[in-house]
Amino acid sequence: MPQRAADQSAGPATDDQPGTIPPVAELPPVAASAGNPGARGGTPPAARLVRLLEALWRPALLLAALFAGWWFVAEREYMPNYLLPTPGQVWATMTEDWSFLMRNTYVTLYETVIGFILAALLGLGTAVLIVYSRTLEKAVYPIVLFAQVIPKIAIAPLLVAWFGVGLTPKIVLAVLIAFFPVVISGVAGLRSTDPELLDLSATMGAGPWRTFRRIRFPNSLPHLMSGLKVAVTLAVVGAVVGEFVGAKEGLGYVLLVANGNLDAALLFADLFLMSLIGIVLFAVVEVAEALLIPWHASRRGGVPLTTS
Amino acid sequence: MSTATSTLTDAAVDITGLTVRFESKRSQTTAVTDVSLRVEPGEFVTIVGPSGCGKSTLLKVVAGLVPPTSGTVSLLGRPVRRPQQDIGFVFQRPALLDWRSVRKNILLQAEMRGLDRSVAARRADELIALTGLTGFEKALPHELSGGMQQRVALCRALLHQPPVLLMDEPFGALDALTREQLNTELNRIWRDTGTTVLLVTHSIAEAVFLGTRVEVMSPRPGRIVRTFPVDIPPERDYAQIMSDERFDRLATQIRGLLGAGANH
Repeated sequence: MPQRAADQSAGPATDDQPGTIPPVAELPPVAASAGNPGARGGTPPAARLVRLLEALWRPALLLAALFAGWWFVAEREYMPNYLLPTPGQVWATMTEDWSFLMRNTYVTLYETVIGFILAALLGLGTAVLIVYSRTLEKAVYPIVLFAQVIPKIAIAPLLVAWFGVGLTPKIVLAVLIAFFPVVISGVAGLRSTDPELLDLSATMGAGPWRTFRRIRFPNSLPHLMSGLKVAVTLAVVGAVVGEFVGAKEGLGYVLLVANGNLDAALLFADLFLMSLIGIVLFAVVEVAEALLIPWHASRRGGVPLTTS
Repeated sequence: MSTATSTLTDAAVDITGLTVRFESKRSQTTAVTDVSLRVEPGEFVTIVGPSGCGKSTLLKVVAGLVPPTSGTVSLLGRPVRRPQQDIGFVFQRPALLDWRSVRKNILLQAEMRGLDRSVAARRADELIALTGLTGFEKALPHELSGGMQQRVALCRALLHQPPVLLMDEPFGALDALTREQLNTELNRIWRDTGTTVLLVTHSIAEAVFLGTRVEVMSPRPGRIVRTFPVDIPPERDYAQIMSDERFDRLATQIRGLLGAGANH
Protein backbone atom coordinates (compact mmCIF):
# COMPACT_ATOMS: atom_id res chain seq x y z
CA MET A 1 0.00 0.00 0.00
CA PRO A 2 1.53 3.30 -0.98
CA GLN A 3 -0.28 5.09 1.83
CA ARG A 4 1.46 3.06 4.48
CA ALA A 5 4.88 3.83 3.18
CA ALA A 6 3.94 7.47 3.17
CA ASP A 7 2.70 7.32 6.76
CA GLN A 8 6.10 6.26 7.93
CA SER A 9 8.19 8.67 5.91
CA ALA A 10 9.41 11.58 7.94
CA GLY A 11 9.24 14.04 5.10
CA PRO A 12 6.33 16.29 4.11
CA ALA A 13 3.39 13.89 3.90
CA THR A 14 2.05 12.41 0.67
CA ASP A 15 1.42 13.76 -2.80
CA ASP A 16 -2.26 12.90 -2.72
CA GLN A 17 -3.05 15.09 0.23
CA PRO A 18 -1.88 18.59 -0.58
CA GLY A 19 -1.88 21.12 2.19
CA THR A 20 -1.19 18.65 5.00
CA ILE A 21 2.54 19.15 5.32
CA PRO A 22 3.41 18.82 9.01
CA PRO A 23 4.52 22.09 10.53
CA VAL A 24 7.87 20.70 11.63
CA ALA A 25 9.57 18.74 8.91
CA GLU A 26 12.12 16.99 11.15
CA LEU A 27 9.44 15.40 13.29
CA PRO A 28 7.56 12.29 12.19
CA PRO A 29 3.93 12.82 11.16
CA VAL A 30 2.94 12.20 14.76
CA ALA A 31 3.45 15.89 15.41
CA ALA A 32 0.31 16.58 13.41
CA SER A 33 -1.90 13.85 14.85
CA ALA A 34 -0.79 13.89 18.47
CA GLY A 35 -2.72 17.11 18.86
CA ASN A 36 -6.01 15.75 17.52
CA PRO A 37 -6.42 12.15 18.60
CA GLY A 38 -9.64 11.78 16.60
CA ALA A 39 -7.88 11.90 13.26
CA ARG A 40 -6.99 8.50 11.92
CA GLY A 41 -3.37 8.64 10.89
CA GLY A 42 -3.79 12.37 10.49
CA THR A 43 -5.83 12.20 7.25
CA PRO A 44 -8.22 15.13 6.81
CA PRO A 45 -11.81 14.32 5.72
CA ALA A 46 -11.45 16.04 2.33
CA ALA A 47 -8.49 13.86 1.39
CA ARG A 48 -10.41 10.83 2.55
CA LEU A 49 -13.32 11.72 0.30
CA VAL A 50 -10.95 12.08 -2.64
CA ARG A 51 -9.51 8.64 -1.88
CA LEU A 52 -12.99 7.17 -1.56
CA LEU A 53 -13.97 8.52 -4.97
CA GLU A 54 -10.73 7.30 -6.41
CA ALA A 55 -11.41 3.82 -5.09
CA LEU A 56 -14.99 3.85 -6.32
CA TRP A 57 -14.98 5.18 -9.87
CA ARG A 58 -13.60 2.04 -11.52
CA PRO A 59 -16.05 -0.45 -10.02
CA ALA A 60 -18.86 2.10 -10.56
CA LEU A 61 -17.94 2.37 -14.23
CA LEU A 62 -17.86 -1.41 -14.64
CA LEU A 63 -21.20 -1.73 -12.91
CA ALA A 64 -22.71 0.93 -15.15
CA ALA A 65 -21.41 -0.90 -18.23
CA LEU A 66 -22.95 -4.19 -17.06
CA PHE A 67 -26.22 -2.45 -16.33
CA ALA A 68 -26.24 -0.86 -19.79
CA GLY A 69 -25.55 -4.27 -21.33
CA TRP A 70 -28.45 -5.84 -19.42
CA TRP A 71 -30.77 -2.98 -20.34
CA PHE A 72 -29.78 -3.20 -24.01
CA VAL A 73 -30.21 -6.99 -24.28
CA ALA A 74 -33.53 -6.99 -22.41
CA GLU A 75 -35.04 -3.95 -24.11
CA ARG A 76 -34.21 -5.29 -27.59
CA GLU A 77 -35.53 -8.70 -26.48
CA TYR A 78 -32.44 -10.58 -27.60
CA MET A 79 -33.58 -12.75 -24.70
CA PRO A 80 -37.30 -13.10 -24.01
CA ASN A 81 -38.55 -10.93 -21.13
CA TYR A 82 -39.92 -13.89 -19.19
CA LEU A 83 -36.27 -14.95 -18.85
CA LEU A 84 -34.60 -11.56 -18.69
CA PRO A 85 -36.84 -8.67 -17.68
CA THR A 86 -35.98 -5.07 -18.50
CA PRO A 87 -34.78 -2.78 -15.70
CA GLY A 88 -38.10 -0.91 -16.11
CA GLN A 89 -40.13 -4.07 -15.50
CA VAL A 90 -38.09 -4.90 -12.40
CA TRP A 91 -38.56 -1.36 -11.12
CA ALA A 92 -42.30 -1.56 -11.74
CA THR A 93 -42.56 -4.84 -9.77
CA MET A 94 -40.47 -3.36 -7.03
CA THR A 95 -42.81 -0.37 -6.60
CA GLU A 96 -46.09 -2.30 -7.11
CA ASP A 97 -45.21 -5.09 -4.69
CA TRP A 98 -43.25 -2.85 -2.35
CA SER A 99 -45.02 -3.70 0.91
CA PHE A 100 -45.12 -7.42 0.05
CA LEU A 101 -41.40 -7.41 -0.73
CA MET A 102 -40.53 -5.38 2.36
CA ARG A 103 -42.46 -7.75 4.60
CA ASN A 104 -40.49 -10.70 3.26
CA THR A 105 -37.20 -8.79 3.30
CA TYR A 106 -37.80 -8.10 6.96
CA VAL A 107 -38.28 -11.82 7.66
CA THR A 108 -35.04 -12.78 5.92
CA LEU A 109 -33.16 -9.88 7.51
CA TYR A 110 -34.39 -10.91 10.93
CA GLU A 111 -33.31 -14.55 10.46
CA THR A 112 -29.94 -13.43 9.13
CA VAL A 113 -29.20 -10.96 11.90
CA ILE A 114 -30.24 -13.30 14.71
CA GLY A 115 -28.29 -16.13 13.09
CA PHE A 116 -25.23 -13.94 12.67
CA ILE A 117 -25.29 -12.66 16.24
CA LEU A 118 -25.66 -16.17 17.63
CA ALA A 119 -22.89 -17.44 15.35
CA ALA A 120 -20.61 -14.60 16.46
CA LEU A 121 -21.22 -15.27 20.16
CA LEU A 122 -20.97 -19.05 19.89
CA GLY A 123 -17.98 -18.81 17.56
CA LEU A 124 -16.07 -16.47 19.84
CA GLY A 125 -16.92 -18.59 22.87
CA THR A 126 -15.68 -21.70 21.11
CA ALA A 127 -12.51 -19.91 20.02
CA VAL A 128 -11.82 -18.87 23.61
CA LEU A 129 -12.32 -22.45 24.83
CA ILE A 130 -10.02 -23.79 22.13
CA VAL A 131 -7.28 -21.25 22.86
CA TYR A 132 -7.42 -21.53 26.64
CA SER A 133 -7.78 -25.27 27.13
CA ARG A 134 -5.60 -27.88 25.50
CA THR A 135 -8.04 -30.61 26.48
CA LEU A 136 -11.01 -28.78 25.03
CA GLU A 137 -9.00 -27.96 21.94
CA LYS A 138 -8.40 -31.66 21.36
CA ALA A 139 -12.06 -32.44 22.03
CA VAL A 140 -13.73 -29.56 20.20
CA TYR A 141 -11.51 -28.74 17.23
CA PRO A 142 -12.01 -32.00 15.30
CA ILE A 143 -15.76 -31.70 15.79
CA VAL A 144 -15.77 -28.12 14.54
CA LEU A 145 -13.81 -29.22 11.49
CA PHE A 146 -16.07 -32.20 10.89
CA ALA A 147 -19.15 -29.98 11.22
CA GLN A 148 -17.67 -27.71 8.58
CA VAL A 149 -17.17 -30.60 6.17
CA ILE A 150 -20.87 -31.57 6.26
CA PRO A 151 -22.63 -29.66 3.48
CA LYS A 152 -24.96 -27.52 5.59
CA ILE A 153 -27.39 -27.17 2.72
CA ALA A 154 -27.88 -30.93 2.81
CA ILE A 155 -29.07 -30.86 6.40
CA ALA A 156 -31.60 -28.10 5.73
CA PRO A 157 -34.45 -30.59 5.09
CA LEU A 158 -33.60 -32.32 8.34
CA LEU A 159 -33.75 -29.02 10.21
CA VAL A 160 -37.15 -28.29 8.72
CA ALA A 161 -38.33 -31.73 9.79
CA TRP A 162 -37.07 -31.06 13.31
CA PHE A 163 -38.05 -27.44 13.82
CA GLY A 164 -40.98 -26.99 11.42
CA VAL A 165 -41.42 -24.29 8.79
CA GLY A 166 -41.08 -21.35 11.19
CA LEU A 167 -38.06 -19.11 11.73
CA THR A 168 -36.07 -21.55 13.85
CA PRO A 169 -34.62 -23.84 11.13
CA LYS A 170 -33.50 -20.79 9.09
CA ILE A 171 -31.77 -19.25 12.08
CA VAL A 172 -30.16 -22.57 12.95
CA LEU A 173 -28.89 -22.94 9.40
CA ALA A 174 -27.55 -19.38 9.35
CA VAL A 175 -25.74 -20.08 12.63
CA LEU A 176 -24.27 -23.34 11.35
CA ILE A 177 -22.93 -21.73 8.17
CA ALA A 178 -21.63 -18.52 9.78
CA PHE A 179 -20.11 -20.20 12.83
CA PHE A 180 -16.97 -21.66 11.25
CA PRO A 181 -15.23 -18.50 9.99
CA VAL A 182 -15.80 -16.88 13.39
CA VAL A 183 -14.15 -19.78 15.22
CA ILE A 184 -11.19 -19.94 12.85
CA SER A 185 -10.55 -16.19 12.86
CA GLY A 186 -11.12 -16.01 16.62
CA VAL A 187 -8.58 -18.75 17.29
CA ALA A 188 -6.06 -17.17 14.91
CA GLY A 189 -6.59 -13.75 16.51
CA LEU A 190 -6.31 -14.93 20.10
CA ARG A 191 -3.23 -17.00 19.25
CA SER A 192 -1.53 -14.05 17.56
CA THR A 193 -0.77 -12.38 20.89
CA ASP A 194 2.90 -11.49 21.28
CA PRO A 195 4.31 -14.08 23.74
CA GLU A 196 6.37 -11.32 25.35
CA LEU A 197 3.18 -9.47 26.16
CA LEU A 198 1.90 -12.58 27.89
CA ASP A 199 5.18 -12.87 29.81
CA LEU A 200 4.86 -9.23 30.75
CA SER A 201 1.30 -9.75 31.86
CA ALA A 202 2.45 -12.60 34.11
CA THR A 203 5.01 -10.36 35.82
CA MET A 204 2.26 -7.79 36.33
CA GLY A 205 0.40 -10.34 38.40
CA ALA A 206 -2.69 -10.05 36.22
CA GLY A 207 -5.18 -12.90 36.20
CA PRO A 208 -6.45 -14.58 33.03
CA TRP A 209 -9.51 -12.33 32.81
CA ARG A 210 -7.51 -9.07 32.89
CA THR A 211 -5.05 -10.49 30.38
CA PHE A 212 -7.91 -11.49 28.12
CA ARG A 213 -9.75 -8.20 28.39
CA ARG A 214 -6.83 -5.83 28.05
CA ILE A 215 -4.41 -7.75 25.84
CA ARG A 216 -5.66 -10.88 24.13
CA PHE A 217 -9.14 -9.83 23.08
CA PRO A 218 -8.32 -6.40 21.63
CA ASN A 219 -5.32 -7.98 19.94
CA SER A 220 -7.57 -10.55 18.26
CA LEU A 221 -9.98 -7.97 16.84
CA PRO A 222 -8.38 -7.47 13.40
CA HIS A 223 -8.55 -11.22 12.73
CA LEU A 224 -11.95 -11.57 14.31
CA MET A 225 -13.49 -8.72 12.33
CA SER A 226 -12.43 -10.19 9.00
CA GLY A 227 -13.97 -13.49 10.10
CA LEU A 228 -17.17 -11.67 11.03
CA LYS A 229 -17.33 -10.06 7.61
CA VAL A 230 -17.22 -13.48 5.95
CA ALA A 231 -19.72 -14.80 8.49
CA VAL A 232 -22.30 -12.08 7.90
CA THR A 233 -22.50 -12.75 4.16
CA LEU A 234 -22.70 -16.49 4.83
CA ALA A 235 -25.53 -15.92 7.30
CA VAL A 236 -27.64 -14.51 4.45
CA VAL A 237 -26.99 -17.68 2.45
CA GLY A 238 -28.02 -19.80 5.43
CA ALA A 239 -31.28 -17.95 5.94
CA VAL A 240 -32.23 -18.06 2.24
CA VAL A 241 -31.37 -21.74 1.84
CA GLY A 242 -33.47 -22.46 4.93
CA GLU A 243 -36.37 -20.70 3.26
CA PHE A 244 -35.90 -22.66 0.04
CA VAL A 245 -36.50 -25.92 1.81
CA GLY A 246 -39.68 -25.02 3.58
CA ALA A 247 -41.16 -21.64 4.39
CA LYS A 248 -44.26 -19.51 4.12
CA GLU A 249 -42.45 -16.19 4.03
CA GLY A 250 -39.05 -14.62 3.39
CA LEU A 251 -37.10 -13.74 0.26
CA GLY A 252 -36.10 -17.35 -0.37
CA TYR A 253 -39.77 -18.34 -0.40
CA VAL A 254 -40.65 -15.42 -2.72
CA LEU A 255 -37.88 -16.54 -5.04
CA LEU A 256 -39.39 -20.01 -5.31
CA VAL A 257 -42.85 -18.58 -5.96
CA ALA A 258 -41.51 -16.18 -8.61
CA ASN A 259 -39.66 -19.00 -10.28
CA GLY A 260 -42.74 -21.20 -10.29
CA ASN A 261 -44.81 -18.44 -11.92
CA LEU A 262 -42.07 -17.59 -14.43
CA ASP A 263 -42.25 -14.08 -12.98
CA ALA A 264 -38.73 -12.97 -13.88
CA ALA A 265 -39.31 -9.38 -12.83
CA LEU A 266 -40.25 -10.44 -9.30
CA LEU A 267 -37.35 -12.86 -9.25
CA PHE A 268 -34.93 -10.08 -10.14
CA ALA A 269 -36.41 -7.68 -7.62
CA ASP A 270 -36.09 -10.41 -5.01
CA LEU A 271 -32.45 -11.04 -5.93
CA PHE A 272 -31.69 -7.34 -5.59
CA LEU A 273 -33.16 -7.25 -2.12
CA MET A 274 -31.21 -10.34 -1.06
CA SER A 275 -27.98 -8.78 -2.27
CA LEU A 276 -28.91 -5.56 -0.56
CA ILE A 277 -29.27 -7.36 2.77
CA GLY A 278 -25.79 -8.82 2.34
CA ILE A 279 -24.25 -5.51 1.32
CA VAL A 280 -25.89 -3.52 4.11
CA LEU A 281 -24.90 -6.03 6.79
CA PHE A 282 -21.36 -6.20 5.43
CA ALA A 283 -21.17 -2.41 5.57
CA VAL A 284 -22.44 -2.44 9.16
CA VAL A 285 -19.63 -4.81 10.15
CA GLU A 286 -17.15 -2.61 8.24
CA VAL A 287 -18.28 0.44 10.17
CA ALA A 288 -18.08 -1.50 13.44
CA GLU A 289 -14.55 -2.50 12.49
CA ALA A 290 -13.54 1.07 11.73
CA LEU A 291 -14.91 2.17 15.11
CA LEU A 292 -13.41 -0.72 17.07
CA ILE A 293 -9.94 -0.91 15.59
CA PRO A 294 -8.98 2.45 14.12
CA TRP A 295 -5.42 1.64 15.21
CA HIS A 296 -5.06 -1.39 12.97
CA ALA A 297 -2.56 -1.28 10.12
CA SER A 298 -5.05 -2.20 7.41
CA ARG A 299 -7.20 0.78 8.41
CA ARG A 300 -4.48 3.39 8.66
CA GLY A 301 -4.45 4.10 4.95
CA GLY A 302 -8.07 5.13 5.18
CA VAL A 303 -9.00 3.19 2.04
CA PRO A 304 -12.60 2.08 2.36
CA LEU A 305 -14.10 -1.14 1.02
CA THR A 306 -11.20 -3.35 2.03
CA THR A 307 -12.44 -6.81 2.66
CA SER A 308 -9.81 -8.11 5.00
CA MET B 1 3.24 -7.42 48.46
CA SER B 2 5.67 -9.36 50.55
CA THR B 3 8.67 -7.06 50.22
CA ALA B 4 8.38 -6.66 53.98
CA THR B 5 9.99 -10.06 54.48
CA SER B 6 13.19 -9.01 52.75
CA THR B 7 15.91 -7.38 54.78
CA LEU B 8 18.79 -5.16 53.82
CA THR B 9 21.19 -8.06 53.89
CA ASP B 10 19.29 -9.92 51.18
CA ALA B 11 20.69 -9.79 47.70
CA ALA B 12 18.43 -8.29 45.07
CA VAL B 13 19.08 -11.32 42.89
CA ASP B 14 20.83 -14.47 44.05
CA ILE B 15 21.51 -17.29 41.62
CA THR B 16 23.38 -20.43 42.68
CA GLY B 17 24.45 -23.28 40.41
CA LEU B 18 21.76 -22.57 37.86
CA THR B 19 21.38 -24.89 34.90
CA VAL B 20 18.55 -24.64 32.40
CA ARG B 21 17.88 -27.32 29.82
CA PHE B 22 15.14 -27.22 27.23
CA GLU B 23 13.87 -30.54 26.07
CA SER B 24 11.86 -31.22 22.99
CA LYS B 25 10.99 -34.59 21.48
CA ARG B 26 14.05 -34.68 19.26
CA SER B 27 16.64 -32.58 20.97
CA GLN B 28 17.92 -31.33 24.26
CA THR B 29 19.50 -27.91 24.57
CA THR B 30 21.41 -26.65 27.54
CA ALA B 31 20.85 -22.90 27.61
CA VAL B 32 22.85 -22.03 30.71
CA THR B 33 25.01 -24.21 32.86
CA ASP B 34 26.22 -23.79 36.43
CA VAL B 35 25.70 -20.04 36.68
CA SER B 36 26.10 -18.35 40.03
CA LEU B 37 25.47 -14.64 40.32
CA ARG B 38 24.69 -12.30 43.17
CA VAL B 39 23.39 -8.80 42.61
CA GLU B 40 23.33 -6.43 45.56
CA PRO B 41 20.57 -3.82 45.92
CA GLY B 42 21.37 -0.69 43.93
CA GLU B 43 23.88 -2.39 41.66
CA PHE B 44 23.77 -2.16 37.90
CA VAL B 45 24.99 -5.51 36.60
CA THR B 46 25.39 -6.06 32.89
CA ILE B 47 25.74 -9.46 31.30
CA VAL B 48 27.52 -9.51 27.97
CA GLY B 49 27.96 -12.49 25.70
CA PRO B 50 27.55 -13.71 22.14
CA SER B 51 24.13 -14.37 20.64
CA GLY B 52 22.47 -17.52 21.86
CA CYS B 53 24.51 -17.88 25.04
CA GLY B 54 21.42 -18.10 27.22
CA LYS B 55 21.50 -14.53 28.52
CA SER B 56 17.81 -14.03 27.89
CA THR B 57 17.00 -17.36 29.50
CA LEU B 58 18.86 -16.22 32.59
CA LEU B 59 16.66 -13.14 32.90
CA LYS B 60 13.52 -15.16 32.35
CA VAL B 61 14.52 -17.51 35.13
CA VAL B 62 15.00 -14.55 37.47
CA ALA B 63 11.55 -13.27 36.46
CA GLY B 64 10.08 -16.69 37.18
CA LEU B 65 8.96 -17.16 33.58
CA VAL B 66 11.22 -20.15 32.94
CA PRO B 67 11.78 -22.80 35.63
CA PRO B 68 15.38 -23.78 36.44
CA THR B 69 16.40 -27.36 35.67
CA SER B 70 18.69 -27.31 38.68
CA GLY B 71 20.11 -24.73 41.04
CA THR B 72 18.35 -22.06 43.05
CA VAL B 73 17.24 -18.54 42.25
CA SER B 74 15.97 -15.98 44.69
CA LEU B 75 14.74 -12.46 44.25
CA LEU B 76 14.87 -10.03 47.18
CA GLY B 77 15.53 -12.91 49.54
CA ARG B 78 12.60 -15.06 48.41
CA PRO B 79 12.91 -18.16 46.22
CA VAL B 80 11.57 -17.70 42.69
CA ARG B 81 8.91 -20.28 41.88
CA ARG B 82 6.33 -18.42 39.83
CA PRO B 83 6.25 -15.22 37.75
CA GLN B 84 7.62 -12.44 39.93
CA GLN B 85 5.85 -9.15 40.45
CA ASP B 86 8.53 -7.10 42.19
CA ILE B 87 10.24 -6.50 38.87
CA GLY B 88 10.03 -4.37 35.79
CA PHE B 89 10.81 -6.14 32.52
CA VAL B 90 11.99 -4.54 29.29
CA PHE B 91 12.36 -6.71 26.19
CA GLN B 92 14.34 -6.15 23.03
CA ARG B 93 11.12 -5.34 21.20
CA PRO B 94 8.97 -2.69 22.87
CA ALA B 95 5.94 -5.06 23.03
CA LEU B 96 3.47 -2.19 23.21
CA LEU B 97 -0.27 -2.47 22.69
CA ASP B 98 -0.99 -1.04 19.22
CA TRP B 99 -4.38 0.30 20.20
CA ARG B 100 -3.27 2.24 23.25
CA SER B 101 -1.74 5.69 23.37
CA VAL B 102 1.68 6.23 24.90
CA ARG B 103 0.17 7.23 28.22
CA LYS B 104 -2.29 4.34 28.30
CA ASN B 105 0.45 1.89 27.39
CA ILE B 106 2.42 3.07 30.39
CA LEU B 107 -0.67 2.88 32.61
CA LEU B 108 -1.27 -0.73 31.55
CA GLN B 109 1.13 -1.67 34.33
CA ALA B 110 -1.15 0.00 36.90
CA GLU B 111 -4.35 -1.42 35.44
CA MET B 112 -3.04 -4.97 35.43
CA ARG B 113 -1.86 -4.64 39.01
CA GLY B 114 -4.95 -2.80 40.18
CA LEU B 115 -2.92 0.15 41.51
CA ASP B 116 -4.46 3.42 42.59
CA ARG B 117 -5.40 5.35 39.47
CA SER B 118 -4.52 8.87 40.50
CA VAL B 119 -1.17 7.88 41.97
CA ALA B 120 -0.35 5.91 38.83
CA ALA B 121 -1.42 8.78 36.59
CA ARG B 122 0.85 11.20 38.41
CA ARG B 123 3.73 8.73 38.27
CA ALA B 124 3.15 8.18 34.54
CA ASP B 125 3.35 11.92 33.89
CA GLU B 126 6.61 12.10 35.83
CA LEU B 127 8.08 9.26 33.78
CA ILE B 128 6.87 10.80 30.53
CA ALA B 129 8.67 14.01 31.43
CA LEU B 130 11.75 12.10 32.63
CA THR B 131 12.14 10.19 29.36
CA GLY B 132 11.39 13.09 27.05
CA LEU B 133 8.04 11.76 25.85
CA THR B 134 6.22 15.00 26.66
CA GLY B 135 3.96 15.98 23.78
CA PHE B 136 3.57 12.40 22.63
CA GLU B 137 1.21 11.21 25.39
CA LYS B 138 -1.67 10.67 22.97
CA ALA B 139 0.34 9.24 20.09
CA LEU B 140 -0.15 5.61 19.11
CA PRO B 141 2.91 3.30 19.02
CA HIS B 142 2.98 3.09 15.21
CA GLU B 143 3.42 6.84 15.09
CA LEU B 144 6.63 6.68 17.12
CA SER B 145 10.21 5.89 16.20
CA GLY B 146 11.87 2.78 17.62
CA GLY B 147 13.72 4.78 20.25
CA MET B 148 10.53 6.48 21.41
CA GLN B 149 8.71 3.15 21.57
CA GLN B 150 11.45 1.72 23.75
CA ARG B 151 11.20 4.76 26.02
CA VAL B 152 7.51 3.94 26.47
CA ALA B 153 8.41 0.34 27.34
CA LEU B 154 10.92 1.66 29.89
CA CYS B 155 8.32 3.94 31.47
CA ARG B 156 5.88 1.04 31.67
CA ALA B 157 8.53 -1.09 33.41
CA LEU B 158 9.23 1.68 35.94
CA LEU B 159 5.66 2.76 36.69
CA HIS B 160 5.20 0.62 39.79
CA GLN B 161 8.66 1.55 41.11
CA PRO B 162 10.01 -2.00 41.01
CA PRO B 163 12.99 -2.75 43.26
CA VAL B 164 14.55 -4.76 40.40
CA LEU B 165 14.60 -3.89 36.72
CA LEU B 166 15.37 -6.68 34.23
CA MET B 167 16.36 -5.63 30.73
CA ASP B 168 16.82 -8.04 27.84
CA GLU B 169 18.88 -6.31 25.13
CA PRO B 170 16.56 -3.33 25.43
CA PHE B 171 18.37 -1.17 22.90
CA GLY B 172 19.58 -3.93 20.59
CA ALA B 173 17.27 -2.97 17.74
CA LEU B 174 18.11 0.75 17.79
CA ASP B 175 20.62 2.73 15.78
CA ALA B 176 23.90 3.62 17.46
CA LEU B 177 23.05 7.26 18.17
CA THR B 178 19.66 6.57 19.71
CA ARG B 179 21.26 3.80 21.67
CA GLU B 180 23.87 6.08 23.22
CA GLN B 181 21.20 8.61 24.04
CA LEU B 182 19.04 6.01 25.76
CA ASN B 183 22.05 4.59 27.60
CA THR B 184 22.75 8.03 29.02
CA GLU B 185 19.11 8.39 30.05
CA LEU B 186 19.07 4.95 31.63
CA ASN B 187 22.19 5.80 33.58
CA ARG B 188 20.49 8.93 34.91
CA ILE B 189 17.26 7.09 35.75
CA TRP B 190 19.19 4.39 37.58
CA ARG B 191 21.04 6.98 39.66
CA ASP B 192 17.80 8.86 40.38
CA THR B 193 15.70 5.86 41.37
CA GLY B 194 18.25 3.62 43.02
CA THR B 195 16.68 0.61 41.31
CA THR B 196 18.72 -2.55 40.97
CA VAL B 197 19.26 -3.29 37.30
CA LEU B 198 20.21 -6.54 35.61
CA LEU B 199 20.78 -5.86 31.93
CA VAL B 200 21.69 -8.28 29.16
CA THR B 201 23.43 -7.05 26.03
CA HIS B 202 25.75 -8.13 23.26
CA SER B 203 27.36 -4.72 23.06
CA ILE B 204 30.60 -4.49 25.01
CA ALA B 205 30.55 -0.69 25.03
CA GLU B 206 27.00 -0.66 26.40
CA ALA B 207 27.88 -3.22 29.06
CA VAL B 208 30.84 -1.20 30.32
CA PHE B 209 29.12 2.17 30.00
CA LEU B 210 26.10 1.12 32.06
CA GLY B 211 27.42 -1.47 34.49
CA THR B 212 28.92 -1.17 37.91
CA ARG B 213 29.94 -4.74 37.16
CA VAL B 214 30.17 -6.66 33.90
CA GLU B 215 29.62 -10.42 33.77
CA VAL B 216 30.95 -12.08 30.64
CA MET B 217 29.22 -15.21 29.39
CA SER B 218 30.53 -17.93 27.08
CA PRO B 219 28.66 -19.26 24.05
CA ARG B 220 26.08 -22.01 24.56
CA PRO B 221 25.89 -23.62 26.95
CA GLY B 222 26.22 -20.27 28.66
CA ARG B 223 28.24 -19.88 31.79
CA ILE B 224 29.84 -16.89 33.40
CA VAL B 225 33.50 -16.92 32.48
CA ARG B 226 34.63 -13.75 34.20
CA THR B 227 33.49 -10.79 36.27
CA PHE B 228 34.81 -7.27 35.72
CA PRO B 229 34.11 -4.60 38.30
CA VAL B 230 33.83 -1.22 36.58
CA ASP B 231 35.73 1.28 38.70
CA ILE B 232 34.35 4.34 36.98
CA PRO B 233 32.09 6.70 39.00
CA PRO B 234 28.38 6.00 38.45
CA GLU B 235 27.61 9.26 36.67
CA ARG B 236 28.67 8.60 33.11
CA ASP B 237 28.85 10.47 29.88
CA TYR B 238 29.64 9.05 26.46
CA ALA B 239 31.90 11.87 25.37
CA GLN B 240 34.06 11.48 28.48
CA ILE B 241 33.99 7.75 28.82
CA MET B 242 35.11 7.05 25.27
CA SER B 243 38.37 8.84 26.02
CA ASP B 244 38.64 7.31 29.49
CA GLU B 245 41.57 4.96 29.62
CA ARG B 246 39.83 2.64 32.16
CA PHE B 247 36.88 2.20 29.80
CA ASP B 248 39.22 1.35 26.96
CA ARG B 249 41.18 -1.19 28.96
CA LEU B 250 38.04 -2.95 30.18
CA ALA B 251 36.47 -3.04 26.73
CA THR B 252 39.64 -4.46 25.22
CA GLN B 253 39.88 -7.14 27.91
CA ILE B 254 36.27 -8.18 27.42
CA ARG B 255 36.62 -8.19 23.66
CA GLY B 256 39.67 -10.45 23.97
CA LEU B 257 37.79 -12.80 26.25
CA LEU B 258 34.73 -13.00 23.99
CA GLY B 259 36.94 -13.49 20.93
CA ALA B 260 38.75 -16.38 22.62
CA GLY B 261 35.49 -17.87 23.79
CA ALA B 262 34.00 -17.74 20.33
CA ASN B 263 36.92 -19.64 18.85
CA HIS B 264 36.66 -22.93 20.63
